Amino acid sequence: MGIFESNAPKGPLAEKWTNHKNEINLVNPANKRNIDVIVVGTGLAGGSAAATLAELGYNVKTFCYQDSPRRAHSIAAQGGINAAKNYQGDGDSIYRLFYDTIKGGDYRSRESNVYRLAEVSGNIIDQCVAQGVPFAREYGGLLDNRSFGGVLVSRTFYAKGQTGQQLLLGAYSAMNRQINRGKIQSFNRHEMLDIVKVDGKARGIIARDLVTGKLERHSAHAVVIASGGYGNVFYLSTNAMGSNVTAGWKIHKKGAYFANPCFTQIHPTCIPVSGDHQSKLTLMSESLRNDGRIWVPKKKEDAEAIRAGKKKPTELSEEERDYYLERRYPAFGNLVPRDVASRAAKERCDAGFGVNKTGEAVYLDFKAAIERYGKEAATTQKIDNPSDAKINELGKEVVEAKYGNLFQMYEKIVDENPYETPMMIYPAVHYTMGGVWVDYNLQTTIPGCYAIGEANFSDHGANRLGASALMQGLADGYFVLPYTIGDYLSNDIRTGAISTESSEFEAAEAEVRERLEKLVNTKGTKSVDHFHKILGKIMWNKVGMARNATGLKEAIKEIQELREEFWKDVRVPGSTNEMNAELEKAGRVADFLELGELFAKDALHREESCGGHFREEYQTEEGEALRDDENFMYVAAWEYTGNPADAILHKEDLDYENIQVKTRSYK
Amino acid sequence: MNLTLKIWRQKNADVKGKVVTYQVSDISEDMSFLEMMDVLNEQLINKGDEPVAFDHDCREGICGSCNLQINGEPHGPDRGVTTCQLHMRRFKDDDTIVIEPFRAKAFPVIKDLVVDRSAFDRIQQAGGYISVNTSGNTQDANSIPVEKENADMSFYAATCIGCGACVAACKNASAMLFTSAKVSQYALLPQGEVEADRRVLQMVEQMDKEGFGNCTNTGACEIECPKGISLENIARMNREYLKASVK
Amino acid sequence: MAKSALLKSSLAKKYWMAFTGLFLCLFLVGHLFGNLQLLIPVSEGARDQFNEYALFMTTNPAVKLLSYVTYLSILFHAIDGIILTINNRKARPQKYVSFKPSTNTMWSSRNMGILGTVILAFIVIHMTMFWAEMKFGGLDETVYTTANGEEVKDLYTLTIKTFQDAQYGLLWAVAYAVAMLAIGFHLSHGFGSGFQSLGVNHPKYNGFIKKFGLAFAVLVPLAFAVIPFYIHFVLEKI
Repeated sequence: MGIFESNAPKGPLAEKWTNHKNEINLVNPANKRNIDVIVVGTGLAGGSAAATLAELGYNVKTFCYQDSPRRAHSIAAQGGINAAKNYQGDGDSIYRLFYDTIKGGDYRSRESNVYRLAEVSGNIIDQCVAQGVPFAREYGGLLDNRSFGGVLVSRTFYAKGQTGQQLLLGAYSAMNRQINRGKIQSFNRHEMLDIVKVDGKARGIIARDLVTGKLERHSAHAVVIASGGYGNVFYLSTNAMGSNVTAGWKIHKKGAYFANPCFTQIHPTCIPVSGDHQSKLTLMSESLRNDGRIWVPKKKEDAEAIRAGKKKPTELSEEERDYYLERRYPAFGNLVPRDVASRAAKERCDAGFGVNKTGEAVYLDFKAAIERYGKEAATTQKIDNPSDAKINELGKEVVEAKYGNLFQMYEKIVDENPYETPMMIYPAVHYTMGGVWVDYNLQTTIPGCYAIGEANFSDHGANRLGASALMQGLADGYFVLPYTIGDYLSNDIRTGAISTESSEFEAAEAEVRERLEKLVNTKGTKSVDHFHKILGKIMWNKVGMARNATGLKEAIKEIQELREEFWKDVRVPGSTNEMNAELEKAGRVADFLELGELFAKDALHREESCGGHFREEYQTEEGEALRDDENFMYVAAWEYTGNPADAILHKEDLDYENIQVKTRSYK
Repeated sequence: MNLTLKIWRQKNADVKGKVVTYQVSDISEDMSFLEMMDVLNEQLINKGDEPVAFDHDCREGICGSCNLQINGEPHGPDRGVTTCQLHMRRFKDDDTIVIEPFRAKAFPVIKDLVVDRSAFDRIQQAGGYISVNTSGNTQDANSIPVEKENADMSFYAATCIGCGACVAACKNASAMLFTSAKVSQYALLPQGEVEADRRVLQMVEQMDKEGFGNCTNTGACEIECPKGISLENIARMNREYLKASVK
Repeated sequence: MAKSALLKSSLAKKYWMAFTGLFLCLFLVGHLFGNLQLLIPVSEGARDQFNEYALFMTTNPAVKLLSYVTYLSILFHAIDGIILTINNRKARPQKYVSFKPSTNTMWSSRNMGILGTVILAFIVIHMTMFWAEMKFGGLDETVYTTANGEEVKDLYTLTIKTFQDAQYGLLWAVAYAVAMLAIGFHLSHGFGSGFQSLGVNHPKYNGFIKKFGLAFAVLVPLAFAVIPFYIHFVLEKI
């Protein structure tokens, strides 16, 4: 159990990180030149880590499956990034951001990590501005903020609805600078297919060149996994088509514990599914809930009439609408955390109030916002007695300036004008709080193997607050890992270059090759997507927004059977030594088929409801989540032993020394 | 609806490609263009044929991966969208659709509809950044006010997704819009002004090396750009470059 | 680096194209003012004025210098244009099966090379017809004696006669009109494009540049084209 300790430093919370930085070992600049680090994934976490490690002097190799690091899925994050800057003077502080994050995570995250996250959050904004990230500004030239779900302050920095894009391009530009200096070698269109351990330490990876199909060996003194989340286990999610768990799962199979896999975020504001052909879901930023009001009809007849196309939402009067979030949670209203908002939408739709053809959608309405902004604009523009049409026009302009690109995106997909008629939204899988278990140094249970960003489990507990993923990715990459990894690498200054000719590399490559051959040679009858879609349905129906023991047990069995069938009957056209998108997909789905089972197993074992994990057996009379702090206030870290079913559970107890654990209430 | 697809097939970079005709049926108008391609590929796999290779990832118009030349226009007939945002309701039953890769010497075909756009990466590596370290001691984000108008213009330039539609649409396969967007983003910010001269000279030099054509101001790039990046950026780059070269 | 950049880079080619192009626009205006003198009713005075003007244009050292700059500009503009066109073709070795530039560009902007070639051909013919005749040619029939008694060739008579020629006059006028049409189209893209290349693009002034450019592209060539027809149809025969 020696490797399984959080390694959180002792001492007062606010001083932990500073003390830790003062105490850990460093590598001197001359020695850094002799040390290689591999970074898998080039999103916010991987890109920023690679750039900073290279700046420090390490030799960095980055890997991404996309054709350019700039396309990592961090790019799709819309709303914003939190930072405890208190620029708005509304009482924000490091402690408050820390507290909100712990509470938002339903008291299932590690205090020390979260405090550190809040502590470095301000620096992220400084860094990004220095890098030329064009955040939104006010007329005075200073940075603008908005507020997000689950908090009572305005601490979210943003660049219209494209914050993730701008931050990622910032990290990518920092990477480019190092590539230009020769300190980063970037391997694009490459996929890591296994980790190589030598003497128990992570010493390299086996990667496949996705253009030629060749397997390559890459050695390093440390391996950083920054490959994002595993939401695509649900087939339909807001993740990119290529987002996968492979890197995380491979290291899990080689000894890294996988923590809290069942903690998955279902985002409340996504565009509803339109049909079976659907390949992915599109998120509408949570920032829309700043101004949009969520509702369904009060009367079932109205909902039915709307579903049948006999009534329009705009025909319903205020009295006929049920603004159910404002009704149930008056304090936070439409800005309750994501898990709460998602469940509330599901509850209304399950009760028969859904508003699209499939009955799985609720309205997000901007009428009130347009009116309010219109009146404001009329006042500032000194228009006396403006007509309703003028107010409407002015209001639309303001809304367009704020959310224009999102509205346009919605119209492109749904073919309805959201300025005129309310948007339809429904929850969809979005983010995975669970992931590879890491200690305070972000090191996994494999020495020398680190996990950062969404790929690890560390900061968001059972539910992530909006605009915190970007913060965590960049905090890990820019400010945490580059320091903590030095502590480990300081022991490696005399190791010298690591050979890729060792038996360990040979064995790992042979294993990867065998698996690829097997996929191609199965020559079954069903496509990879066929299996992926079935897996997705099992996960969504039985391991989705609401779970129960019976369903979870069924899911486990069904996934096992599906996995067996997959290996017997999958059809992967083409060969291994060429560009082969089906082969890539097959490998990823094979891993999802294993992860899915562990996911369900974790959900089954956690007999409580917390955050994104909602067990129907454990709820209050009002239908709110019922946590069991007595028995489940721990991180469930699973050790792989050859089969997901046989994974061994390790518990990391969560001690809250600085926060009083309370029932989460947003009422 | 039923459609006839004429698709460029090319085994790899070393062999010649050709147009192959396929039929797809029961295409719903709610499908995105790429979902229609999924249907085709599923059909090909079930028949034992090789599916068509094409780049795609986020499928929400932001990663810049997807890049199909559809009926003679990058990302198809709609304006302001990427291929993944193009929906089948834009087409009619019995339509014939020609699908090709983005073509340019600097974008060699890898397979079928997949091209190599690493030239864009190299242009950015040549200078598309601000040389600041992640020290954690950078000055406070609000210490330098930035005029809102400049910040906004910088943002609009920065929304470029690097898809390459500008190159594909340009009769000269010029990469001016792409390069100028990055030059502009930084030139408009006080943080980026410091090394503006070096940046523009190096980026243009790399752009020329990659074998892109010259800009003749036809304006096709601006119209086909899914993010509406303005020609103003090209003019700004022309200014910046002139300024930098006479210094 | 900076120096070589101004000579070799793709942007430099644009600058030269724009500089020379915009300079040639100025030249066109100058040339037009000269030509407008041909509209004066036939008389000794009209002939004297035009010939004195022609003499001034060919002998004044400043104007001479300017004319060399003009020749150089034309040469540079043409060579640069040819290089650009060749490079641009090379930038897409494998053509599209289906390419619809008409959906996103103006015809003239895509055909500057062809238009330029037509214009170049016109310039060569034009120069042989008048300038070469003037400098080296016969022009024996009429000689014009200047104010200070010098004998020079009578360009006025040559010009008027060319376009009033019963057999070919109208044909020449039409040919000139065609060339002016090419110049018009060339200018309709080139004028604004020149400003864009030099970095002059601002939402405040773009509208003006565009409208002015278009007006320039229509009016200047039109005025040029009208003169031969006027000489042919309206002007008193000489």
